[in-house]
Amino acid sequence: MSNVPSDLKYASSHEWVRQDDDGTVTVGISDHAQDALGDLVFVETPEIDRTVEAGEAVAVVESVKAASDVYAPVSGTVIDANAQLQDAPELVNTDAYGEGWIMRIKLDDPDALEELMDADAYEQLITEEDDG
Amino acid sequence: MSQESLIFDLGRSGRYARAQAPAEHADLADIPAEFRRKQRAVMPEVSELQVVRHYTRLSQKNFSIDTNFYPLGSCTMKYNPRACNSLAMLPGFLDRHPHAPDSTGQGFLGCLYNLQEMLAEVTGMKTVSLAPMAGAQGEFAGVAMIRAYHDARGDDGRTEIIVPDAAHGTNPATAVMCGYKVREIPTAADGDVDMAALQEAVGPQTAGIMLTNPSTVGVFERRIQEIATLVHEAGGLLYYDGANLNAILGKVRPGDMGFDVIHINLHKTFSTPHGGGGPGAGAIGVGERLLPHTPIPQVGEDNGQYYWRTEKDIPQTIGRLSAFGGNAGVLLRAYVYARMLGREGMTRVAEYSTLNANYLMTRLKAEGFQVWLPERRASHEFIISLKGEAKELGVTAGDFAKRLLDLGYHAPTAYFPLLVPECLLIEPTETETVDDLDGFVQAMVTIREEARHDKEFVKGAPYNMPVRRLDEVKAAKELDLKWQGEAS
Repeated sequence: MSNVPSDLKYASSHEWVRQDDDGTVTVGISDHAQDALGDLVFVETPEIDRTVEAGEAVAVVESVKAASDVYAPVSGTVIDANAQLQDAPELVNTDAYGEGWIMRIKLDDPDALEELMDADAYEQLITEEDDG
Repeated sequence: MSQESLIFDLGRSGRYARAQAPAEHADLADIPAEFRRKQRAVMPEVSELQVVRHYTRLSQKNFSIDTNFYPLGSCTMKYNPRACNSLAMLPGFLDRHPHAPDSTGQGFLGCLYNLQEMLAEVTGMKTVSLAPMAGAQGEFAGVAMIRAYHDARGDDGRTEIIVPDAAHGTNPATAVMCGYKVREIPTAADGDVDMAALQEAVGPQTAGIMLTNPSTVGVFERRIQEIATLVHEAGGLLYYDGANLNAILGKVRPGDMGFDVIHINLHKTFSTPHGGGGPGAGAIGVGERLLPHTPIPQVGEDNGQYYWRTEKDIPQTIGRLSAFGGNAGVLLRAYVYARMLGREGMTRVAEYSTLNANYLMTRLKAEGFQVWLPERRASHEFIISLKGEAKELGVTAGDFAKRLLDLGYHAPTAYFPLLVPECLLIEPTETETVDDLDGFVQAMVTIREEARHDKEFVKGAPYNMPVRRLDEVKAAKELDLKWQGEAS
């Protein structure tokens, strides 16, 4: 069973969102997503200062099986991207919620987080996808 | 099978193949000194027999349609009739110089002209250009024409191309190469495009939509006319990706479905050699709206004389896509193939490729494999999901694919389309016999039995190939294709 930490928010496109104290969020892909993709060989992170809209493709994760877009779960401005992933994309596999983070976004609207799923709802989504 | 050494490692100083050596030393006097080598080129020093054996052994390691069943989904690995090859190799074709005047190449130009006409008719388009030298270039040409159309009308607010999530990866790549943003729309549970999502996505910013029909989930898009009306009413155009044309050849025409431009993979549907990177041929079919932007060169006809049409004839063309006449040798093979099939033969291609796919799908389903979209009739290909096997037996689609190689079958396309977990996309084509299809079903059943008894055995496959299971992560991250032998 996938690891779905209860203190995070989730998008249906399998990104996780952690609320930081300063009005920013950290974004990565869920343990379920990294497991479905398999061993990552490349991650393209977004440019810093880029403005992104919720649902917009902003990063790419490429595994031996497939290349997939990562979508911005919220609208805002990219303020940081994980430079470590350039040489070590496997961090997303080994530590999806920690060192495998992809970007940090400054929110346009702090309430936007309310639109996202909590851990229970996300867990239900991936269970349904598994049985579907 | 043992691993073949590099030809450099077979050599020993002083060995050479006399028959292939130049008769005398070439005179280098007229080559300026700065262009001459400072050091001798590093060449393998081998005997003629060593060369013959080396390359014969390598060719025997090839896994090809000439040796084995090759059900690689969305690739249409059908038999390439020998006649196409031998006729395209006639000396009149082979020895023709690309700069020779049109008047001395009327036979060659006539073949290409007639191929254009046949392709236009079977796809329902106004004209065809044979210039693009690969499917991806054909796609690029199509979307570049859509762009030229909007630009010519001063309609510059159209910034998006709509692409379904089941599309081939080249579709979004093409849209981006042509300067568009990609708007992805989901596939509905029944395998068709999600109409509600499409309605929401279409607007004044829509330049066009790229569709494959039958789609990459192996079913015919039933609401295609509704989609065409919706996109056209919003001012967008429709691009048809010809990857799956085999299923509908002679049965239904993309032009009649409402498409404005299509590309045809001649190396798939028209049976020219395919695999190992080419050479391909991505002929492009052009509808009424895009006629002024047809790519060049194109063969024209005037009073029974064939000639190359250029910028002079098509001033608003998107431009020249090949220096000469496209991949001429491939085009000639496609021409012979089309002529041998004739109108009725083309219809039989669609019928038998669809029959074979549905037969194989039904048999695999009866053996307990999970068919994706079981309620739909397959087109020329279909999907099975090995999610159940992965969960219960711990053996994935990738493991099945590797073990199939041992049993004499090329693996189907694995893990594509992305929206189906643990999937194999299987396309048997029309040229396989029922015995070969039954053999494949038996191989799948055998692998599942093996997995039940000894999962690790299947996970260790392949065993009978020149190489064992490769380290795919290392291959992707540390790609190294350069031979680094000692320089002499």
